[in-house]
Amino acid sequence: MQPEELIFQLQQKNEKAFQRIYEMYSENVFGIIYNILKDETLAEEVLQDVFIKIWNNADSYSPKKGRFFTWILNIARNAAIDKTRSTAFKNSKQNQTSDNFVDILEQKSSFSSKMDAIGIKKYIEILEPICKKVIDLLFFKGYTQKEASEELQIPIGTIKTRNRICINKLREVLAE
Amino acid sequence: MDIEKYISSGILELYVYGALSEKENAEVYQVLKEYPEIEEEVRAIEKSLLQLSASTAPYNPESVFNSIKDKLSSGDIEVKTIPIHTKRTKWTSYIGWAASIALLIGLFIQFTKNKELRQQVVESQIEQNLLEGKLNVIENDLSNAKSLLSVLRDKDILQIPLEAQKVDPSAYAAVYWDKEKQTAYIDVAGLPTPPPGKVYQVWSLQLDPLTPTSLGILDKFTEDETKIFSLKNTNESEAFGITLEPEGGSESPTLEQLYTLGTVAS
Repeated sequence: MQPEELIFQLQQKNEKAFQRIYEMYSENVFGIIYNILKDETLAEEVLQDVFIKIWNNADSYSPKKGRFFTWILNIARNAAIDKTRSTAFKNSKQNQTSDNFVDILEQKSSFSSKMDAIGIKKYIEILEPICKKVIDLLFFKGYTQKEASEELQIPIGTIKTRNRICINKLREVLAE
Repeated sequence: MDIEKYISSGILELYVYGALSEKENAEVYQVLKEYPEIEEEVRAIEKSLLQLSASTAPYNPESVFNSIKDKLSSGDIEVKTIPIHTKRTKWTSYIGWAASIALLIGLFIQFTKNKELRQQVVESQIEQNLLEGKLNVIENDLSNAKSLLSVLRDKDILQIPLEAQKVDPSAYAAVYWDKEKQTAYIDVAGLPTPPPGKVYQVWSLQLDPLTPTSLGILDKFTEDETKIFSLKNTNESEAFGITLEPEGGSESPTLEQLYTLGTVAS
């Protein structure tokens, strides 16, 4: 759901609306950032920056540019990628154990009540390796179709449909 | 329009990812306005992605919100208004009007200027980000170059030029061998780029009897712009050679594909 009314109030600098937006999206933003940085402390720092940007730049969002979630997603990925250039990140990198979102999910033991944990776990089990990579690059890392096709060495024309198949499986599992 | 076909093309997923070009994005937006079924599909895609991304969060970051609020309120600037009470006679009110019109014009000019300045700030921030990125790359290059230079200047390092062989008379390479650290630096700027599926392999040779030992393959040849590679060499090498081998390297050198060879001066 696109919370139009909340977004409007956020743009009017309504703090209540900001808090609601935080409750709605903070876990998503945190997930995206963590998937790029793989470090909880750094991810929390970036999470703060991202929501400060959302508060300060809410005016610049317009539905014409895309979904509100997409707008937030872009801010989050850019901020996290910026952080990967910092020395703090380079130092933290040594203790990384996970490669992409699938590893994070496999290592995770508790899920918040907001999501369908069983569905997500099941999804990871049935997910094909290529799907893991496609979703990781396009959704979590914000690659373009061209970049993803170069990285995975599959024709650019098949990226879109391949990705849809991968996401459809997710939807099927979650709908069960 | 064929709605089914449009949906199954997969463009809507990329729309939610934010992976489309500005133009494609605007096109999807138009379609969404026209076809509620397609907008419904976008909602469904978004819902599943919300679940997926939330599930990769290490924990629910509820407590972080307070730090964000603190940061925001410390940056707030409070504007206080001071009420003004004045008595006005008839002629002073004209001056008052004139003054307020002048003030309005002034405010308007300030407002436009302010807008321009904000725009400039945004632009310079973008530029700064770009420059920082470039600077990083350059610093990296510089430190690479410095460490290479220190190798070249070290007097204890043996320099062995490798001369061209039959395969390619214009080929040239050099080995800088630090015996102490058991490291050989291979400078291959004078070798042609290997064809796809092939890779250069560096060999340490003992001459009597002729025994080649592989030091490694240069599989990063095209990526590394310095074209200098450091390889471990624990051998008592008497000569060095470079051959072109199939991807992954070979057990023993393919002598027909020997590109350069040079002996260590004793």
